[in-house]
Amino acid sequence: MTPILNAQGLCKKFGAVTAAWGISISVEPDTVVGLIGTNGAGKTTFVNMVTGYLKPDAGNIHFKGQDVTALHPRQITRLGICRSFQIPQLYDSLTVLENVVVALGIVLHNSKRSWWARSPKIVPAYGTPLMVAAEMMLDRFGLRSYRTSRARVLPEGVRKLLDIAMALAVKPEMLILDEPTSGVSTDEKFGIMDTVMSAARSEGVTVLFVEHDMEIVSRYSKRVIAFYEGRILADGAPAHVLGDPDVRKYVVGGQVAALSTSKETTRA
Amino acid sequence: MKRLDPTLLALFVALLALLVLGFLLPKWLFLLTLSLGKGLVVLGLLLLLRTGLVSFGQGLFYCLGAYAVGSLGQFFGIKDVLLLLLTGVAVGSSVAFLLGFLMAKYREIFFAMLSLAFSMILYGLLVRTAALGSTDGFNVAPPTLFGRPIGGEAHQYALFALACVVAFLTALMMHTYFKTVLGRLSPAIRDNEIRVEYMGASVRHAIHVKYVIAGALAGLGGALTAMTVGHIDPDLAYWTTSGEFIFVAILSGTGSVIAPFLGSLVFEIIRTYAYQYSPNTWQLVVGSALLLVIVFFPAGLWSVFGHLRRRGSA
Repeated sequence: MTPILNAQGLCKKFGAVTAAWGISISVEPDTVVGLIGTNGAGKTTFVNMVTGYLKPDAGNIHFKGQDVTALHPRQITRLGICRSFQIPQLYDSLTVLENVVVALGIVLHNSKRSWWARSPKIVPAYGTPLMVAAEMMLDRFGLRSYRTSRARVLPEGVRKLLDIAMALAVKPEMLILDEPTSGVSTDEKFGIMDTVMSAARSEGVTVLFVEHDMEIVSRYSKRVIAFYEGRILADGAPAHVLGDPDVRKYVVGGQVAALSTSKETTRA
Repeated sequence: MKRLDPTLLALFVALLALLVLGFLLPKWLFLLTLSLGKGLVVLGLLLLLRTGLVSFGQGLFYCLGAYAVGSLGQFFGIKDVLLLLLTGVAVGSSVAFLLGFLMAKYREIFFAMLSLAFSMILYGLLVRTAALGSTDGFNVAPPTLFGRPIGGEAHQYALFALACVVAFLTALMMHTYFKTVLGRLSPAIRDNEIRVEYMGASVRHAIHVKYVIAGALAGLGGALTAMTVGHIDPDLAYWTTSGEFIFVAILSGTGSVIAPFLGSLVFEIIRTYAYQYSPNTWQLVVGSALLLVIVFFPAGLWSVFGHLRRRGSA
């Protein structure tokens, strides 16, 4: 299968700190990849280079065969990569519904290249008028009960979900999630991941996600890439990578032990 | 049945009320027409404020609109009111289009100061241009509509009625505009530019378009003011003029497209009476009025209607 994303030899330095040193990753379509590593290992730098926020010092990135290395974030978004953020990026003074309406409005603008379209207009990728599509998105992401709440006052878990919903609104081919469950209570984590993954799966979206919680990583990813000091330490199936002695030593620490115990508990 | 848009209804009522009011109170015609002209400028400024941008230089486009009208009459003998208004719009929007390439890169205080700088450049140029009357400016001849005189002492009501229709149509267009993708983008840009860019839209492009619209409205307002007052001078581009527009914008609030016209009218009334009764301390009265509005109605005068409506429906 031809890879949907192909990054070769990415390097990035911030002063004396090397955030990425020869990172090469190619991702097959329709898969779910978990990116793990301690803070400062280079996960977010990699994500930021793929989404155009940072330009790599060396190396190149191809998406669907097209060189996107030098493109601006919005051009990359239009090609089909969308992302969520570690700290949710929302329109805080607007309600949840308005957030989604703005997002879908931009989708409409991107497809028709028109600033002047109004709400009765059909959003192409959805086949329904803008307002109907917005209500559908609220239902799909379980945000209906927050419909008229301002984004500023939402609980963190809901903010994360709305942030991801807005990323998925543009119907990307690849979705990149930066720590989708950080700052969220343990019982909420799986709810968020289930909602997002089922939405992504039903649309055939390739997912890359940065995550610290190894339980989440092992449950949702088909492939795991471990980062350490700007390099790739291990890459492969979750069980293989999480079992790697180097990964256990440098990346995961005590978490895997806890993980195996919890798995046994679930089985029992 | 589809419910009638309350703003639409309010616009129609306001248009009729103004036309009747102007007919009943001929002494107020000047003040009413002037408020409409300035209200147009403030409407454009509100568009920028909603986007999180404070232009401290709308006087630039206001003055350009006014001088375009004055110059066309003075040097080319063009007096048709519709043509003059269109010229105001054209001059305002085209200069805003050019400056927009630079302005759209800046935010916050830098945006405000750069806009101020541009308006002061125009002021400086006009003060030194003898052909345009330097600091004294020059008189603007009353315009005509289809060859018949409009404005001036004798036909003040006709010009006022035209101003009402122009303001009505502009407010209607802006009300529609706020529901477009670009209109809805304003608060989104104010809240979070990163998210807008990561949805695939260009913030700079959106701001540029909004800046041009604001420039066009200020040019239109300037053109109308020039015809109403019958005289123009470089003070139209001075920073106090631009400051006054911000003052009125805060007084009005961003609640509705009618708010700027209401705010503008209230401001002109307060200023006129304050000037009449305390010529030396009128600024104090105007300032106190703004202070009261900020304390009691932080969302502007328009929020009074919101309170009333909520009380009415409760």
